[in-house]
Amino acid sequence: MTLVFKQETFRDDYRYSNSPSGIKRFPFPFAEDQYMYSVNIEPHGKGKQGSVNEFAFDVDEHYVAECIDKGITLEQDPGRYESLPHMMDAQWDFLELTMESHAQDYPDHFTLKKNGLNWNWENKPLGIKDSFVFGDCSTLPMDPFEYMGRQVQGDFVLLDQRDETLYADAGFITSQADWSLAFNIGMSWKEWHGPVPRVTELGVMDRALKYLMNLQLGSPVRRLNWTMTINPRLDTSPENYPFWGGDRNKVNKENVSDLVHLRVELQALFRLPRSNGIVFVIRCYLINLKEIATYPRWSKRLHRVLKGLHPDLIEYKGLTKFHPLAVDWLSKFDDGATIELGTQPE
Amino acid sequence: MSTIDVKVSAIEQVTPLVKHFTFVKEDGTVFPAFSGGSHVVISLNIGGRIHRNPYSLMGSPEDTSAYHISVRRQERSRGGSVYMHENVTVGMPFKITYPVNLFSLAKKARKHILIAGGIGITPFMSQIADLERLGADYELHYAFRAPEHGAFAERLKKTCGNKLHCYVDSLGERLDLSVLMGNQPLGTHLYVCGPNPMVVSVFEVARNFGWPENHIHSEQFLAPPIGEPFKIQLARSKKEILVPAEMSMLEAIEAAGVEADFLCRGGACGRCELQILETDGALLHNDHFLTDAEKASGKKIMPCVSRAKCERLLLDI
Repeated sequence: MTLVFKQETFRDDYRYSNSPSGIKRFPFPFAEDQYMYSVNIEPHGKGKQGSVNEFAFDVDEHYVAECIDKGITLEQDPGRYESLPHMMDAQWDFLELTMESHAQDYPDHFTLKKNGLNWNWENKPLGIKDSFVFGDCSTLPMDPFEYMGRQVQGDFVLLDQRDETLYADAGFITSQADWSLAFNIGMSWKEWHGPVPRVTELGVMDRALKYLMNLQLGSPVRRLNWTMTINPRLDTSPENYPFWGGDRNKVNKENVSDLVHLRVELQALFRLPRSNGIVFVIRCYLINLKEIATYPRWSKRLHRVLKGLHPDLIEYKGLTKFHPLAVDWLSKFDDGATIELGTQPE
Repeated sequence: MSTIDVKVSAIEQVTPLVKHFTFVKEDGTVFPAFSGGSHVVISLNIGGRIHRNPYSLMGSPEDTSAYHISVRRQERSRGGSVYMHENVTVGMPFKITYPVNLFSLAKKARKHILIAGGIGITPFMSQIADLERLGADYELHYAFRAPEHGAFAERLKKTCGNKLHCYVDSLGERLDLSVLMGNQPLGTHLYVCGPNPMVVSVFEVARNFGWPENHIHSEQFLAPPIGEPFKIQLARSKKEILVPAEMSMLEAIEAAGVEADFLCRGGACGRCELQILETDGALLHNDHFLTDAEKASGKKIMPCVSRAKCERLLLDI
């Protein structure tokens, strides 16, 4: 399958949109009219052809633009990539997993040739061609995790498993929904989930941790998470809050459907072989309300979910300023008819 | 659960009681790499009954052309090890799980002390390959009954050099845990694998010296014990089954055609945990996973190794 990559920007002039096929394959997260946290984890198996779950790592029309945006963010703030010294085995695991998946699933765009430990990697869309020795950091231009982190869509956290919990001991984070790697690095599971409202009471985090501690090699899992972002901006980091936080005050009745984006994270977790660590992949998909309204089923559903959202969640997800405007705009599509269970567009 | 199709490519009698098996993949491709201390669960069809036994992977984690396990013949067992010794021949196909690691090295440790008793040496074989590759500070203390039972001692001497310390029981050599554990730098992690009394003494000595609990690691796979038959009821699948004396609850549930979650099948990982809805008898917890409080509460049971003495045990499955 040969993909066509769009020329886009995720900052300044925000030249970004989804093609009709991009809209149709968007991972819409709401199967029901109500939303509440749950351990919505499922096997990350091969999904339907053309869907975002078809392959372990989804490459889409935004690939090149997103990798360029990662480079800009890292150049301005090198602290978005960090790895503690004991994570080197996990770094090579990450490189192997991402190179093998991309080469196998997108052979027109990526090639990996192995001769023992001598590996040749070619990334045609980004014009990268390198030979290196697997396991020998001195043969790559940078750490193996940063090297592939720059060439794969999404954010990545490498988790070390010890003391009956998981520690976020390395990260490549350039498209985060308002959380900071510099603040979270080295934290345990309970520490980094501390701020999430209403989940401790539900026991969700304890159960999810138990499940992930037993995550098996060869059996990755995934879940969807979501929030909303003004403008198609990947880098909504606390570090750069001055560049995007104020945009929430610019939303009005006229521009709400262009500016307000549903931000869906396809989160996948893979057990890593050599390190016994886990890579947590957070892949961000952006779509504005106007694009969502292509499919009445989605606009109706989103209207009901937002209208009924618990006030704690409205606050935690940072929607307070524009929530009423979004609900109001979406209300005109909602005739009140029952929608069957499911996330499909039609 | 994902499995790998393998076949036996070599069998070697290592000691009078231990056989070493080499597996390659049926399709000729390479295995996934793994981390030191990992095990796989192998499915054995013994007279129409499926046994699933966990064995530590022994080779170097970097050698992905083959997986290696060693099996000690256990006479008073339910037959898995005897079957491996007497019936398994080169070329036979098996299904194994992907590697699972419940005994991984602490990557932030300043020093690693490895203590093996007898066949308990197996998980350390792959850990040593990792420790050597990482250039880590470690010592291996290996105790066995008699010179002919020191499986792999010669091979280990070559790899570990003066980091290997052997204790041969028949020669009157003893490992003095107090001397060993009383004089280690802060940040040392200790790993023990061997017979139960050895593991218990390591924990006792560690507690007496004030070692942090999370610096002591042990791996003990339990074979499901043989017991009295008892009856269980499955609430969701609406079935009543008899658990025979030599079968585990998990095996009986599987034999009844009910799909149950599992991973290690040795009472260590917690994956097969079941909720108890009702019971009229006593639970016989044999696992290492549930806390004492959880065991006492009578709300949960690990069907891979635990049993009950009852007529009624209603499980949420």
